[in-house]
Amino acid sequence: MNFPILTAIMLAPVVGLLFILLIPEREELTIKITAAVATFVSLVLAIVAYVLYDNGRGGLQFLQDVSWVPSFGINYSVGVDGMSMPMVLLTAIVIFTGVFASWDMTKRVKEFFIFLLMLVTGVFGVFISRDLFFFYLFFEVAVIPMYLLIGIWGSTRKEYAAMKLTLYLLVGSAFALIGIIATFLYAAQQLGHATFDIQTLAAVKYDLGFQKFVFFLMLIGFGVLVPIWPLHLWSPDGHVAAPTAVSMLHAGVLMKLGAYGLIRVGVFLFPEGAKYWAPLIAVLCIVNVVYGAMIAMVQKDLKFVIGYSSVSHMGYVLLGIAALNTLSLNGAVAQMFAHGIMTALFFALVGNVYHKAHTREIARFGGLAHQMPRVAAGFLIGGLASLGLPGLNNFVAEFLIFIGSFTRDQSLLGGLLSYRILSILAISGIVITATYVLRVVKNTFFGPRKPEWDHLEDARGVEMVPIVVLVATLILFGLLPSLQIDMINSGVAPLVAKIEAAKAIGGIF
Amino acid sequence: MASLQLLTVEILTAALGLGLLALGLLVPQKDRRGIGYVAAAGLAGIMGVALSMRDASGVVLQGYVIDPFGTYFKVLFLAAALLAAVCSFEYVEKMGFNQGEYYALLVLATLGMMILASSGELISLYLGLELMTIAFCILAAYRLDDAKSAEAGIKYVLLGAMSSAILLYGLSLVYGAGGSTVIKEIARAVAAGGASPALILGTIFILAGFAFKVTAVPFHMWSPDVYEGAPTPVTAFLSVASKAAGFAALVRVFFGALPDLHNFWVQLFIALAVLTMVLGNLVAIPQTNIKRLLAYSSISQAGYLLLGVVSFSVLGIGAIMYYAMLYVFGNMGAFMAATAFSNADGSDEIRDYAGLARRSPLVAAVMLFSLLSLAGIPPMAGFVGKLYLFMAIISRGYIWLAILGILMSMVSVYYYLQVAKAMYLGNPPEESQPVRVTPGLQIAMIVSLLILFILGIYPTPLTNYAMNSAVAFFMP
Repeated sequence: MNFPILTAIMLAPVVGLLFILLIPEREELTIKITAAVATFVSLVLAIVAYVLYDNGRGGLQFLQDVSWVPSFGINYSVGVDGMSMPMVLLTAIVIFTGVFASWDMTKRVKEFFIFLLMLVTGVFGVFISRDLFFFYLFFEVAVIPMYLLIGIWGSTRKEYAAMKLTLYLLVGSAFALIGIIATFLYAAQQLGHATFDIQTLAAVKYDLGFQKFVFFLMLIGFGVLVPIWPLHLWSPDGHVAAPTAVSMLHAGVLMKLGAYGLIRVGVFLFPEGAKYWAPLIAVLCIVNVVYGAMIAMVQKDLKFVIGYSSVSHMGYVLLGIAALNTLSLNGAVAQMFAHGIMTALFFALVGNVYHKAHTREIARFGGLAHQMPRVAAGFLIGGLASLGLPGLNNFVAEFLIFIGSFTRDQSLLGGLLSYRILSILAISGIVITATYVLRVVKNTFFGPRKPEWDHLEDARGVEMVPIVVLVATLILFGLLPSLQIDMINSGVAPLVAKIEAAKAIGGIF
Repeated sequence: MASLQLLTVEILTAALGLGLLALGLLVPQKDRRGIGYVAAAGLAGIMGVALSMRDASGVVLQGYVIDPFGTYFKVLFLAAALLAAVCSFEYVEKMGFNQGEYYALLVLATLGMMILASSGELISLYLGLELMTIAFCILAAYRLDDAKSAEAGIKYVLLGAMSSAILLYGLSLVYGAGGSTVIKEIARAVAAGGASPALILGTIFILAGFAFKVTAVPFHMWSPDVYEGAPTPVTAFLSVASKAAGFAALVRVFFGALPDLHNFWVQLFIALAVLTMVLGNLVAIPQTNIKRLLAYSSISQAGYLLLGVVSFSVLGIGAIMYYAMLYVFGNMGAFMAATAFSNADGSDEIRDYAGLARRSPLVAAVMLFSLLSLAGIPPMAGFVGKLYLFMAIISRGYIWLAILGILMSMVSVYYYLQVAKAMYLGNPPEESQPVRVTPGLQIAMIVSLLILFILGIYPTPLTNYAMNSAVAFFMP
């Protein structure tokens, strides 16, 4: 099959964007439908690619190569493996539902969808790139539309949050860029020719000092986006300020760019550097999990709860990366997918409530299940996924991460700590999560009916699209994890092989 | 006669400049609008000629070198002049007098830059520099009714003269030490004779002289005032083309005549680059006037370009050339948007840009994407240019310098976004009109925006052109 399906997935939003440019501003419905069609095309193609992906063969598939800047070894080369294919699907699902979550947008609609589609093009691009130059290029493309989207259509201190987010991400990516250039030059010297191809770069032997240095740069660069504690400060503010679709895309997909970059570029190219820094990641991620969950517990604003819960949940992804074995890495990728869907669901629902009630203060709500039963049901399912209920996607992912990290037999700090202890601490995060999620569900949706909210209408029509699609995805992959894990495993296997082949070196502490 | 053919571009430019001057006197006052069109068409034609000669190389009268490196910069100057001319149509018409002289001076300044970029000999280099400087002095002071413009002119005259004097002093010391004014001869003498104190001193003076022209800190003081006071199209032209010309000449002198001293002067350039990047970017943050903001941003851009000099490599030169070219479109784009806005509203204050995205999506988009290109955000062309520059210095082991440079360009995003914030997040004032943009300016803006996008996404053609020219420069 020679149809460049991945490029088509990425370019469908661009085509939609160009059409929208030509549509007059007042034809808001046409604009929305165009955006929906464009993202639907991406979604269908992503599903087709997902189904056609051959797990047995594994490796990179749907390859396409175009020579771009030959003198610098830059190629437009795309392809997906078992790690990036789920991410592409995730992005397609989240943006498609995100468009429907913004259906009631009335302010500067044309510009909104232009920037939204621009943003998602960058995200698709990162996940399908096999060339480090394009990887970084797409990575950065996502930042500026994000600034405008939050700055114009946001709420709650939007200008502050937008600028903070932009600067954090850009400074982070500056470190990643240095690492990328250094890698490129090192490899060009070793290989004798210039290349940005990730597979070729991975075959180069980097010496240990270089690996430690560059992996650290990558850790900062991509860690900001994950976000790794203490570089997470931009994320709750950003989530809260962003308009619904952007929050969904942001927490659902953009944070995964960081984790994906850390695995794809950090761990894959520099396994020894990863081994060296893994203990640091492991300790910081526990702070993420526990501290994030604790902070989420005391929030008064619904969106802040979700924002901090994302910080907490991404800690599990980091734990999976830090443990560096098959199970944990499988879990990390699966958790990226599961958390993306779950958090997008949350933000879609909170956005729905906020749009109608004009407040997100938990204390003012109560008994909303009477007025909005569908929203309440969606929220409850999201909440149950969040606390890791078996049968939903998140359980599978978290289970794998915990088993993976628990079985890793390595003591840290001269025996004071070990991965086992860290795993136990991380599992305790689930308990805290259960506490705050159930409390939020109870205080917001259950309890006696409050007449002041009687005017709220339940979600219906197009508003149901995000809820149905996202909930269905959570349940599908929760009940049939093999649909997902087999694929992820085929992508993780070469990575683990590389880690095992790397020199056994001690961690930083 | 073969050698005169090599000078086709220069001869045509001189003819165009003088022709415009004559035309300005002949054409009646009310029909003078056409002069601008003639100038633009002439510049476009000459650019075509220059492009067709891009592989030509040869030496005219010992000291005048035609090579791909010089021709590349000539194309760059012509592109900048063309955009500046298009940008000037309405602006100059509003001033209402001496339109012929204005365009003639613009073209003559371009001629000066061409000579600067091509001279392989110190005297002709100085000649080109003066031709450029004097033309710019007049252009900067062109708004007779505006005290700031007069101030800009005077400042440029005084400081320009001072820097020229310093440069000339340095050149004379180098001549004394090298025994020739021809750059190749000097290089030979330096290689044979080693570094004498006079040569070192001369190098420092030359460096200071060029630092003025390219607005490197601490020799940048003139630029914000001049940029603010001069007519906007002139500022735009000054900020891109004269800087590029300065770099072209700088590269010729330092890489051509003094390569054996590079261990010494690279240190000086590192200091200049660090100061320029840090100060230019930090001082840009509090600016409230778009022209002053762009002035400081263009100071900081000189800092990035200096990184290419620091790397002392083919890649570095190619990176300078690539970056200088798209800097033309980035900066001219921003200035064209500023011109369009000031034509409509008569203001250069950033706060007056509030809600511009609603009043004129095109002007706002051109401003936004031009600034993003200057900041080096993909997919704009500026990113590729900065990537090459940082690659060049990292390949020489200056990782700390690259980290500083990249962090500083992230700082620059902050102040560029302040403009974006006003344009996109702000609300337009009550009873505001849509910003009217003349068709010529509109086309020029769209073209430069497209170039920024295309070169950002598909940088190959320009990369090859720049890198091949750089290689030709190193290995003639």
